[in-house]
Amino acid sequence: MIEVQHISKSFGDRTILKDVSGVFEKGKPNLIIGASGTGKSVLLKCIVGLVKPDDGHIFYDKRNFSEGDRDTKIEIRREIGMLFQGGALFDSKNVEQNVRFPLDILTPMSYEEKMDRVNFCLKRVGLENANKKMPSELSGGMKKRVGIARAIVNNPNYLFCDEPNSGLDPQTSILIDELIDDLSEEFKMTTIVVTHDMNSVMGIGERILFIYKGQKLWEGTKDTITHSGVKELDDFVFANKVMRSLRTK
Amino acid sequence: MQGFYCSMIQEIGKYFIFIGHLFTNRESFKTYYKLVLEESISIGIGSLFLVALVSTFMGAVTTVQTAFNMVSPLIPDYVISQVVRETTVLELAPTIIAVIYAGKVGSSMAGGLGTMRITEQIDALEVMGINSISYLVLPKIIASMLMYPMLVIIAGVCALGGGYVVGLVTSIISPGDYVYGIRYSFNEFTITFALIKSVVFAFLVASISSYKGYYTQGGALEVGISSTQAVTNSVIAVLVSDYLLAQLLLGQ
Repeated sequence: MIEVQHISKSFGDRTILKDVSGVFEKGKPNLIIGASGTGKSVLLKCIVGLVKPDDGHIFYDKRNFSEGDRDTKIEIRREIGMLFQGGALFDSKNVEQNVRFPLDILTPMSYEEKMDRVNFCLKRVGLENANKKMPSELSGGMKKRVGIARAIVNNPNYLFCDEPNSGLDPQTSILIDELIDDLSEEFKMTTIVVTHDMNSVMGIGERILFIYKGQKLWEGTKDTITHSGVKELDDFVFANKVMRSLRTK
Repeated sequence: MQGFYCSMIQEIGKYFIFIGHLFTNRESFKTYYKLVLEESISIGIGSLFLVALVSTFMGAVTTVQTAFNMVSPLIPDYVISQVVRETTVLELAPTIIAVIYAGKVGSSMAGGLGTMRITEQIDALEVMGINSISYLVLPKIIASMLMYPMLVIIAGVCALGGGYVVGLVTSIISPGDYVYGIRYSFNEFTITFALIKSVVFAFLVASISSYKGYYTQGGALEVGISSTQAVTNSVIAVLVSDYLLAQLLLGQ
């Protein structure tokens, strides 16, 4: 479980996050949603420690990450897997080397053990025959899947996904969402997904946190999101025609 | 103007903090060993052709121009190669090659790290709990400090060889006189001085270029800007340190 308490962040005069608090539960995808530029990605970066919040606390299973010493932070970070928006695969390494990388650096495993784990993860994301491909040879969806394989290869306790289906076709988006959902349950990870895709919200939104202009406006599930009574959330949820027609029905 | 000085001091401070991070939370020796070897091949072998080509022509041109200026019949021919030797060992091989090195290796380092930054590859390392500065930059600096002195030695040999060949082809100076001039009144300390300079220049080019690349923000345009700044700043640092080292080690 991850808990954020009163997180605030400004860049110069611009306030990005204002007093955001929330709890992200284990074993299911926790979604952070909101329109573009509302501070979702900054909140995620604060949680993983890529951006230092001006104020507030972050707890990973009751371990204080924001106030922790260097060793605590490194220890927690080594339990984190993250899928970046563009995949963030290392250009100079092939698929197998990319996925094996965290094991090479962080574990004393033998080469055979590492390869077993890499092949298991690649199979789990449906890329069993792509070991020797370079990132430049992969499609957007494949890059995301390799990114997921790399994120889970070290058996993380926490999985973070920054807009996992941006730039993907609807079918591949659903596959990626389902994969994240299945993996969260299978590996009992605390998963946080940042998205603005309503298909994801309605598909895997077991727990949702809605951010508007840097503030948390609403918290709930996919079952309650359509009748939240929050105008800003309704504007976001019913922005497209399909959702509007569903509401009319 | 005050703002300019403030930002310059801030930048220098940030650079030294960056250098400090190279030595904290390091990975295993085995990891660095492999990375240093990879970087050494890329830096050393990758620069060999350009360094050899430039230095050979540099030596040839220096020989022709020195001979052109030796108008007095009282000055013996071997002075030409003596001048070529001193110019090459003291300045051309370590310093001019450093400028070329900054253009080739420095811009490549800044561009590579800048691209890694904008495509979130550096963030990916940080999230894994890896000190990205130490992991990415330290091997580049070590490889640079190992390879650049070797490139300087090769550059010196090629430059003196270029002078020999041009003397032979154009009959400006006989091979015997050329070799005699190179050996005449030789002070070994000039080699030591050139190697000290090359280690300092290698550190400066690698660290400044990596610093510029590492802190790139934005997109492809900014990566280009970082590469340009890496070369400009490295060259300035090389020239300033060249003067300081000359004053320190050769000054009366």
